[in-house]
Amino acid sequence: MRFGVVVFPGSNCDHDAWYALSHNLGQQAEFIWHDSTSLGNADAVILPGGFSYGDYLRCGAIAKFSPVMSAVRKFAADGGLVLGICNGFQILVESGLLPGALLRNAGLRFVSREVTLRIETTNTPFTASAQRGQLIRVPVAHGDGCYFADTRTLDMLEAEDRVVVRYIDNPNGSLRDIAGICSERRNVMGLMPHPERASDPLMGSTEGRVILESMIQSVVAAHA
Amino acid sequence: MSDLTVSELDKVRSILKREPNETERGIFTVMWSEHCSYKSSRIHLKKLPTRSERVLVGPGENAGIIDIGNGYAIAFKIESHNHPSFIEPFQGAATGVGGILRDIFTMGARPIAVLDALRFGPLDDPAAGDRNRRILEGVVGGISHYGNCFGVPTIGGETVFERCYNGNPLVNVFALGVFKHDEIFFGRASGIGNPVIYVGAKTGRDGIHGASMASSEFTEESKQKRPNVQVGDPFMEKLLLEACLEAMHTGAIVGIQDMGAAGLTCSTCEMGSRAGTGVEIDLALVPQRETGMTPYEIMLSESQERMLIVAEKGREEEVFAVFRKWGLDAVTIGRVTGDGKLRVKDRGVVAAEIPNRELADEAPLYDRPHNVAPYRPAPMEAPEIPASRHLKADLLKLLGSSDLCSKRWIWQQYDTTVRTNTLAGPGGDAAIVRIKETGTSVAMSVDGNARYCALSPREGARLLVAECCRNLSTVGALPVAATNNLNFGNPERPEIMAQLVESIEGIAEACRFFETPITGGNVSLYNETLGEAIWPTPVMGIVGLLPTAPPVTIPFKEEGRTVMLLGGFGTVDTVRFGGTQYAKIVLNKMWGLPPALDMEYEKRVQAAIREVVAQGHAESSHDLGEGGLAVALAECCSGGTGAHVDLPATLRPEFALFHEGPSRVLISTGHPEAVEAIARQHKVACPRLGVTMTGALRIDGGAATWIDCRVEQLMDVWQNGLERMLAPTHV
Repeated sequence: MRFGVVVFPGSNCDHDAWYALSHNLGQQAEFIWHDSTSLGNADAVILPGGFSYGDYLRCGAIAKFSPVMSAVRKFAADGGLVLGICNGFQILVESGLLPGALLRNAGLRFVSREVTLRIETTNTPFTASAQRGQLIRVPVAHGDGCYFADTRTLDMLEAEDRVVVRYIDNPNGSLRDIAGICSERRNVMGLMPHPERASDPLMGSTEGRVILESMIQSVVAAHA
Repeated sequence: MSDLTVSELDKVRSILKREPNETERGIFTVMWSEHCSYKSSRIHLKKLPTRSERVLVGPGENAGIIDIGNGYAIAFKIESHNHPSFIEPFQGAATGVGGILRDIFTMGARPIAVLDALRFGPLDDPAAGDRNRRILEGVVGGISHYGNCFGVPTIGGETVFERCYNGNPLVNVFALGVFKHDEIFFGRASGIGNPVIYVGAKTGRDGIHGASMASSEFTEESKQKRPNVQVGDPFMEKLLLEACLEAMHTGAIVGIQDMGAAGLTCSTCEMGSRAGTGVEIDLALVPQRETGMTPYEIMLSESQERMLIVAEKGREEEVFAVFRKWGLDAVTIGRVTGDGKLRVKDRGVVAAEIPNRELADEAPLYDRPHNVAPYRPAPMEAPEIPASRHLKADLLKLLGSSDLCSKRWIWQQYDTTVRTNTLAGPGGDAAIVRIKETGTSVAMSVDGNARYCALSPREGARLLVAECCRNLSTVGALPVAATNNLNFGNPERPEIMAQLVESIEGIAEACRFFETPITGGNVSLYNETLGEAIWPTPVMGIVGLLPTAPPVTIPFKEEGRTVMLLGGFGTVDTVRFGGTQYAKIVLNKMWGLPPALDMEYEKRVQAAIREVVAQGHAESSHDLGEGGLAVALAECCSGGTGAHVDLPATLRPEFALFHEGPSRVLISTGHPEAVEAIARQHKVACPRLGVTMTGALRIDGGAATWIDCRVEQLMDVWQNGLERMLAPTHV
């Protein structure tokens, strides 16, 4: 299957996502430049980590106005799979494709370490191949990853089974230990941890692969 | 600012054959500053070995380059940003990272690793503790901010605390990048008539005189120098990286150099000097972010994230197109000429005209007096060393001390895994990144030991090189090349100059012996505040090569494995115990000499451990360093598995447990006979100490139990040591 990896000028995990998809998982992966108004013939899109346009304002606040995000919005509205990782999650939230906000970490410092996540639902194309309750070790590396939303939104996310992954050892103060959520139609997911950095046996953990593999299987199943 | 001396000014007059104007005088002042010209150290730096079959580019370029096989090469260098980091810790450290990254990618290499050697005053210093904590937090925040946004993993280094850094913290940053042999670029303004193109950030008034500030001592007035510190923009640097590498691929670039210290001045005259050409620029064309800047200010600005490119005439548009794509300024500001001169015009009027070669390469050289003994901050004679009343308490005190405790609080602020090459990150003996394209990995170690160097600059420097190489060998890497950062006080004082000379000679001897030529580096002098110099602090960064594979790490893995000490128990006497962490932390004293080093033996131990690792016999391995055997054993328990070991009671327990004799590596293995066979072959000792076990670390000495401690207690003290020191003690 064909993944499109969006490249903003300040993306710095674009290559990591591309390498995991193409080398670790054997898929086609193409970079999509931020001023592109088309996603080509991608079956799924990754918004990678990094600092989109420097993010000196709120993270992702400028990226939401980029030409490529108009294309991503349309792609998502048509039911396409969109995964936002780290900065990609921040951009999805700023763009209104996912609810809530990502605030400065509770400790006010950048946090880079391995965390353990619990898969909270398998009813998404991003976790369909996982087990509910499965624990996966993946790295986080962010300064603004504290998930925040009002109580009504948090209750709604839980009621609609849209909290996809939670932290076992919350590194950033995220409300209700939320590490990743999906959209109402379940085809857009954002998470702060980096599954693409836990996809190569040499990197210490391959437990992030289940998210990327679920996407592949979901697309393959949809085409079958 | 430090100005030209009377004799230097005379030399300027004889070069120009006239009186320099204000702009020219400013240009000479920065180019001939200690920071840019190495005028006090250059004659001694010539003693360093710089060549080997692997060295493609040695000292004199922006970074050294070595061959790593399969058509690939790595560029690496270490550089200091000490003075700015004291004045404005966050921006000082951030721009230190930015500067060294540009040195790497201006050669055409993509940066893939950063390591930092940091030195601060004690966090619990009664007078300066609060300030030291602020400086530490600012420096770490600055490195984190810049490196993380740029997208380079920060994966190792060291953090050391001594009183001598109270008024003079040290921030030394090492960076390494990778590229193919045919992607190497040089800072040369070749080809008469070729356009000189300015790219990147606009020029402002920030950082003017940075280079000359870095060449003077601190006084009370230094606090007024905050405007001399530049402000970094890592996003801009990321754009500059991508645009430069992409522009290089067009084939239209002839030469390129970053604007670092002394900004536009340094890049123009050095590029011209290297190529034997002249460079003519018009300052009116330079992109500026402030109005009304004088030629003096534009030439001396140290605004960050700027590069100077010489392109092939007629192919400018190819370069411009790439920079447009990345949203960066790229403007032709002049051309290469045949007259060998740097000609600076301001709206057509000549503002400065200086021969490039004389400006860049003919700074006065000083053979500063050093015919005295190096200054020593401690007596030679050993005090009475009382018998320890509680060895376990001593070990815990050492493990929780600022130098030896885990630096987790620091490196959790650094993105360590971006680019997915990091096989071994911070906290190990050496950091390792894989080169995805070749199946080779690069190991790196950055290390200093000013305590040893203060006691003997020559022996300390040799120990330092040995330790750095041992760190690499411990993970199975063959050390192949080095860079160094020489941090010293005022070279105009003979007892300081003697420290510098002896350190350089010690490094030269050891680097020659261990076959790790120096491919570049940095000298930072005048690290003094109010007349008090730092201890002599050479810092080495050494790189090694190994095949890509899951790395050997420090923690014991399984219980029931044999614990062995490759290299043996080592030697020590009372005089050679005075530079240890035990002397510092437990006895609160310092004396004598650093540990004795037998370089021949060291080399054999390193060859042996590399073979043990290569053959897969080391389930864990850890180099013995500061804190000695007991601290190394405790660190090996960091995975939760402990050990029961038995040491011969031939040495008094304080020495056996805590002496810092070199040439020793602690391993756990399931194949002790195979390890012994390798040790015999290399003619090194390799006693079996005991076995790994769950739950506790127990160290017996003969019939007595010296230390018996739960692993959780060891780890609590060690892992949380720094956090506890940084926690606010009073509100």
